This record gives sequence, C-alpha cells and structure tokens, in this order.
Amino acid sequence: MILIYVIGILMGGGLLALLLGQWNRNLPRWIALCTVSVGFIAFVFFWINQYRTVNPHLTNTWIIDYRHDWIPSFGISFHLAIDGLSLLLLVLTFFLGVLAVLCSWNDVKERVGFYYFNLLWILAGISGVFMAMDLFLFYFFWEVMLIPMYFLIGIWGSENRVYAAYKFFIFTQASGLLMLLAIIGLYFIHGQNTGLYTFNYFELLGTVIPPHIAFWLMLGFMIAFVVKLPIVPFHTWLPDAHSEAPTAGSLILAGLLLKTGAYGILRFVLPLFPEAAHDLAPWAMLFGVIGIIYGAILAYSQTDLKRLVAYTSVSHMGFVILGIFAFNELALQGVVMQLVTHAISTGALFIMAGMLKERLHTRNINHMGGLWTQMPQMGAIGMLFAMASLGLPGLGNFIAEFLILLGAFKANVLLTIIATIGLVFSAIYSLRIVQKVFLGPSERSDHVSDFSFREIIVMASLTLSIVWLGLYPQPVINTVKPMINKLAHVFTPENKNVQNSYHTTPLSTHKYLVKK
Amino acid sequence: MSGNDFFALTPLLLLAGSSVLVMLLIAIKLSHRVIQLSSLLLFIVAFSSLFYIQKSLPYHIEPLLVIDGFSVFIMGLIIFSSLVVNILSYIYFEEKEESPKEYYVLLFLCTLGACVLAVSKHFVSLFLGLEILTVGLYALISYLRVRHHNIEAGIKYLVLAAFSSAFLLFGMALIYLETGSMEFSMIAHSLRSLPSLSPLFLTGLGMMLVGVGFKLAVVPFHMWTADVYEGAPAPVTAFIATASKGGVFAVLFRFFIMIDGFRFNVVMLILMCIAIASMIIGNLLAVQQKNVKRILAYSSIAHLGYLLVAFIPGSVMSIKALSFYLMAYFITTLTAFGIVTVLSNKETDAENIESYKALFWQHPILACIFSSALLSLAGIPLTVGFVGKFYILAAGLQSGFWITALILVISSVIGLYYYLRIITTMFAGQKSILPAEEKANPVFYMVSIIALSVLSLLIIWFGVYPSGVMGFIEYFKLK
Repeated sequence: MILIYVIGILMGGGLLALLLGQWNRNLPRWIALCTVSVGFIAFVFFWINQYRTVNPHLTNTWIIDYRHDWIPSFGISFHLAIDGLSLLLLVLTFFLGVLAVLCSWNDVKERVGFYYFNLLWILAGISGVFMAMDLFLFYFFWEVMLIPMYFLIGIWGSENRVYAAYKFFIFTQASGLLMLLAIIGLYFIHGQNTGLYTFNYFELLGTVIPPHIAFWLMLGFMIAFVVKLPIVPFHTWLPDAHSEAPTAGSLILAGLLLKTGAYGILRFVLPLFPEAAHDLAPWAMLFGVIGIIYGAILAYSQTDLKRLVAYTSVSHMGFVILGIFAFNELALQGVVMQLVTHAISTGALFIMAGMLKERLHTRNINHMGGLWTQMPQMGAIGMLFAMASLGLPGLGNFIAEFLILLGAFKANVLLTIIATIGLVFSAIYSLRIVQKVFLGPSERSDHVSDFSFREIIVMASLTLSIVWLGLYPQPVINTVKPMINKLAHVFTPENKNVQNSYHTTPLSTHKYLVKK
Repeated sequence: MSGNDFFALTPLLLLAGSSVLVMLLIAIKLSHRVIQLSSLLLFIVAFSSLFYIQKSLPYHIEPLLVIDGFSVFIMGLIIFSSLVVNILSYIYFEEKEESPKEYYVLLFLCTLGACVLAVSKHFVSLFLGLEILTVGLYALISYLRVRHHNIEAGIKYLVLAAFSSAFLLFGMALIYLETGSMEFSMIAHSLRSLPSLSPLFLTGLGMMLVGVGFKLAVVPFHMWTADVYEGAPAPVTAFIATASKGGVFAVLFRFFIMIDGFRFNVVMLILMCIAIASMIIGNLLAVQQKNVKRILAYSSIAHLGYLLVAFIPGSVMSIKALSFYLMAYFITTLTAFGIVTVLSNKETDAENIESYKALFWQHPILACIFSSALLSLAGIPLTVGFVGKFYILAAGLQSGFWITALILVISSVIGLYYYLRIITTMFAGQKSILPAEEKANPVFYMVSIIALSVLSLLIIWFGVYPSGVMGFIEYFKLK
C-alpha cells in the first residue's frame, strides 16, 4: 500500500499546491517540500528495514506487490510492485525531489502553485514508472511525466524554451507511441498463445514470440528507452531540453528521466525479449561506445555550461548502455551504480550551473573565470563534482564506470578499450569546467555571493552521498543484487538448462529463461 | 403503423414535434431566452426518451428503420451533442443576431436528420435523413448573414453537399440495379452468393463512398471542411463536427456490417487508403494553420481517419472501439468548440490563435478545460482520447492491421505539434489581447462554463477510469 500512498501523496500534494497557490505564494513550496520529504523519509526507512531483514541471496526479488483491477475487460490492472532496483531508484527519486524543491525555492517567482504542481506530478509519474508492473500502467505513467515536464520547460525555461519543450515532447512522445504499439502487439501475441489477455508483466514474461516478430517488438520498446536514455542518434533533444529547463527541471531530467530509460531496458527489454536483446547486443554496445566518445567530444566543444553538462550526460549514458548489453553481473552492478552516481554528480553540476546563472546571468563559460576567489565554497564543491564526473577513485562514479568496464571487457574487448578512452576525454572536459569557471583570470569585478545556507544544505547532501557511494557502495549493490543476479542468470550460457535456480515468486516461476 | 412503432420512434417523433412546437413558440413572439430554455427542455425530454424505449429493443420498422442498441447509443450521442450546442448557443447568438430564434428550429431538424441516419437500414431512409440534416445545415452555417465568411461557407457547403448527394443517389441507383433492393439486409442477401463484386456494384459502392466521404470530410473529399468550419458560427461548427458526422458514420458502419463488406479486399483497400490519407494529410495541413477553427477542422479530418482505422477490421472489437472513440471524440470536440464559442465576442469568433495568448493567466478555468480537450484530441493519457486511441490501436492490431496502426501513431505525433502549439500559446505571455469585457449574460455564461467543466471532467474521468464506460458501451450492441 505504501506505493499507492506515495503516488497519491505526490498527486494530491500537487493539486493542493495548485489550489492554494492562488491565495498564498509561499504555501506551495512548503507543501511540495513536505510532500517529497514524507516520501523520502518513508522510502529511506523502508529501505533500511528491508536491508536489515532481507537476505540478498534470496531468490524472491519482489518486496511489495500490490494489485487492483483497473480495466478488467482488457486485462489491465493497477499493478505496482518493487524490487531492489525499483526501491533504489525510488529513494533516488525522492532524494532528488527534495533537492529539486529546495533549489527552486527562490528561483521561481511567478505561477508558483502551477510550478510545484508540475514538479510533483513529474515525480509522481517517475515513481509510477519505477513501480508499474502492468505494461499499460507503465505506459500510462511514462506519459504522465511528460506533460508536466513539457510545461516546466516551456513556461519556466530560459530564452529558447518553447523550441526545447516541443522537441523534448515530440521526441519522447513519438518513441513512446511506438512502444505502445509494441506493448499491444505483445499483448495480442501472448493472448493468442495462451488465451489469457493481460498486460500483467509477470504473465507476459516468457511469452513465446516468433524471433522476427520479437525483434520488431523489442525495437518498439528499445526506441522509447534509448530516446529517453539517450543514445547517440536520438540524443538531440537532450542538450536543448537540459539547457533551457529551469534548474530543478534539469536536475530531474538528468537525474531521473534519463534513468527511466535505463530502467526500462533492464526491466522490460532484457527479460521480455532475451534472445532478441542478445542479438542486438553488439550493436547496442557499439552505439554506447559511440555515445561515450561523441558525447565527450561535444562536451568539450561547448561554451554553454548547461549544454556542456548535458553532453557529459550523453557520454555517461553511453556507459550505461555498454554495461547493460554486456549481460554480466559486474557490468549490471556497475550500471546501477552509474544510474545513481550520475544522477547525483550531474545533478550537482546542473544545480551549480543554475546557481551561477542566477548570480552571473550567463551560462557562457567564457564569461566566467576566477570565481574561486569570490566563491571558495562553490569552487571546492565544483571541483569535487568535476572530479566525480571524470571518475576519480574515492567518488561514486569511479566505482560505477570501473565495474562497467570490467564487465564489458568480458563481453567485448575492443569496444571496452575504446570506451576507456572516453574516461580520458571525460578528464579533459571536466578539468575544462574547473579551469574556465573557477580558475584563470577573473572576468568581473562586481561582488558575487557564495553559497547561502539553503544551498549549503543542498550541496552538502549531494557531496556526502557521492563520497559515501565512492567509499562504501555495498548497500546499493546488495540492494539490487537479487534482481541483477536473476537478470545476469538469463544470459549466462552455462546456466541455460538449469530450470529452477531462480524464482520470480509470488507470481511466476522460471519465466526469464531463454527458450531455445 | 402500430402503436408499438410509435413507441419505438418516440425520440424521433419528439424531435420532429419539438421543431414544430418551437416554431409555434416563435410565432407567439416569446423572447429568445424562453425559446432557448424550452428547446433545452425539449432536448432533455428527447434524450431521456431514449432510456424509456430501451425495453423494446431491438425493434424493426420494416423496411426502413431499425432501432437497436447501437442506434440508440448513436442517437444518444447526437442528441447529447445537440443539447450541449443548444446550451452554448444562447450567449453566442444573443449578442449577435437580432432574431436568433429560428436557429433552434433548424437545430431540431438537423438533429432529427442525424438520428434518422443512425436508425436507417434502407437507402430511402438514409437519403431522407441525410437531406433533412444537410438542408438544415445550409441555413445553420450561413445563419449569421452579416458576416462575410458565413455566406461563403454556406454556399460552399450547399454546392458540395448537393454534389455529393448526387453521387450518393447515383451509387444507390447502381446498387439497386445490381441487387434489386434498397434494403441493407436484402442487398446482403443477394451479395452472399457472390464470391467477388461485380463491376457495377463496385462502381455503385464507390460512388456511395464518394458521397459519404464528402459528408465525413475524409481525404480526398475534405476540401470544404476548413472553410466551412471557419465560416460557420462556432456552435454550428461544433454540431457539424460531431452530430452530423456521427450520424453518417453510424449508417456507413451499419451498411458495411450488414452487407459484410469487410470480406471484399478491394473495398477494404480503398478504405485503408482513405484512412491513411486522412490521418496524414489532415494532421499535416493542420500544422500550418493559425486559425483555431481551421486547426480543429483539419484535426477532425485526422480523427475520422483514426475512426476508419477501427472501422476497417470489422470485428467485434471494432464496434466497441468505434463507439468508444466516437463518444470520446464527441465529448472532446464539443468541449473544444465550446471554448471557442464562449470566448467569441460580438464581432468575431475567437479563432485567431493569438487571441488565446495568456488565456491561462486570464481565465484559468477556461484554459484548463481547453487544455484537457486538446490533450484528449492529441491522445495523451489521463484523458479519454488516450483510451480511445488505445482501443482503436487494439482493434487494429488484433486483426493484424499493422500499417494503419503505425500510420496512426506517426500521424498523431504530427498532430501533437499543433495541439501543443495552442496550449503553449495559452501559457505564453502575460497580458491578454482579449479585452476583459463584462459579459452580457452572466447567468448563461456561467451555465455554459459549468457545462464545459462537466464535459472536461468527463474527459478526465473516462480517461482515468474507462472500464465503466466500456461496460456501458458493450451493452449497446448492433442488432
């Protein structure tokens, strides 16, 4: 029930903020803060409890399972369930949610109620995506998060916001509709095979699909996820959307929306179409590597700070796709780490870009420089996150990228070597950020204020998390371990004939297995 | 005719009688307000009579009419939309025309025509219904005679409708020549023995499709749509977009189901081409428009294309998907045109997209209603339009029509662009171009807004919880 309450609280809080925003300009932000904090605390406690009691070697990976009929005539149910991966991403969602509210605290001055309404509904949509175990419901939430995001970019963004909002919306909507087609196709194939017409994820697992159809259906899913992720030919919406969105919007886009793509691949593409995914793997890894290099090169050539950080996202997400399609445990653990650490490090860089914009009224890094002397605190933190972004040992991203490369090396040596070059590039662009923004000759003489108390809280929590993840990532890895084991198992060749080595109880057994 | 016949025909008789009654009320020089209220009341009576006749369904009145669950459902939609149009008409016409009273007579007649279409199973009743509908529409479209575009739209519609009626008649004549009957079931009977269609029959069917295509405004018979939508008074446009198309679509569907036209590949191929062309061209043409009424006109072309996607499989699910989508489309379109109507002022309709600038900050409620309607037209989740589109896709994919489904998806992405543009305009800017004028009739203004709010709540309610409606629709079967 906690799952429904969480979504309900977010949506309700959004409506309340919208209504009360008519009378009082301060209420909405307090409502939003309370709402996301409640969700955050609830999930953190839940996580801690779970972590204490659950043995990571358990075969049942599902922690909560809630199901209620929604449209019975189509076999659609309101089915929410979480496992370690979902739980982790939900904690992340609410953590970034709190930060997003905090960093728009004074930023947003007009239409406050509507702003927080959109923010909370985006979070509700994202949480729904991480929980939905009914494919129709999943698509539903997938779309629910788009409209408020569109408004967030389109209304509170910077100069070129309308264009960016359109582009974001049309890219994601078009790919999402293709996924809807694939979902319906899967629904009918499963129905015709078994006579049971349902959108239930657990039932659809293990549907026997003719290979050529499976390939197209998988592409339908993949297109939606790689556009969100994004990988290279589909990434063009991202720099525009990220750079034009308000700070909280960029934070959520980079920290959470991109993660829904990776989550979708892990949750749906691999288990539903294991063979087709296996066939696609070399291409996917290739595109991942192209993304790593291409993103890094473009990041280096940007002068707009936010665009720069946006392109680093493209590069980092290349690692994600590389790791996912390496299909082994190490790489998948690295992927999950990468999802979390990228959210934190890139989120921090976007927040900082927002703060700089607020103070200097520019995002052009050529107009910055020498800011360390005026803002030593921000300089230090900026340095830290630039280091995190380049993968310095001791910070979370190092663990993530190291694990991914280690895993990918087993799968494809050549591509992994090329991907490693991406790390060198990331050092170059990260150091360029520090060099251009904080070091060098000072461009301006007027006073620029350092962190305020609110900003210190935001940045301190991010710093603590990234250091924690860098030094002691085990809790994260343990949490997702059961899920990853199961997934990696599907693709381990020698285990193909072992029938009962894992279970997806309570709802289904041995459905992940590749049927040859 | 027996008493039972009269009983089954109650809704139609009520509509016909209402037009006479309203005429009499006009004759004794009652005010616009009284006439509007009484016609509203009559519409409600006609609407509720539909529930009353349910017990005796299905009922055949040989050889012309059949009153079954499907036709009652369609009639319900038609009368409901006329009712909404009627509510909206008061504030629209009160400030414009010195004698807006005859408008209501015509509205009743058009509704009657559309309803006759929904119940007909014979070419004669089909043609009769169609002519009652269109002749009434000629006058309705050009009702605001002082406006330049009005007359132009009326003439355009007159010429093209007469032209398409001729096609329709000729097609009917050819089919009659070939099969020796004008009744759908008899035609079906004589077709049953044929494995393929004779050229003459095919020609006849083709000509009928041309005629019906004009009324439905599907590509390539869509030329009149934008001009007529733009020129007609906003409430009348709402009526054309919903009731008139719904009736024609219903009779087309009944005809195809009864003659089982879905087994003839040539016909299906033609329909598929029409559907694909309508979806793509409708959406593409709308992208360029700056006039909201024209945008909605082209979007309605695309929506008829979507409906055809559900129509083509001819399966059991098709009927449900069609009924659901028609309902979704009716509610949504009425809401959209309702907003245009409410925002229109004495001189012009609120058709320029610029006049919606900053609407969200000026009239948040109206802007929310309009947004919900536009998002529903675009097929975004949480709205009824999404469930409808899902239903259509499901109906298409169930029978393996991947191409039409794919085109639907692609074209609705194009469609998104212009719906979003209107929404973006509503959120853009700070100050409205629309002067914050004092409304002449605050009570009726409020009533209109309440009606539209109810419609937009329906859009969202059916979008979030569609299973109730789906069950309701399954209750209304064909035959």
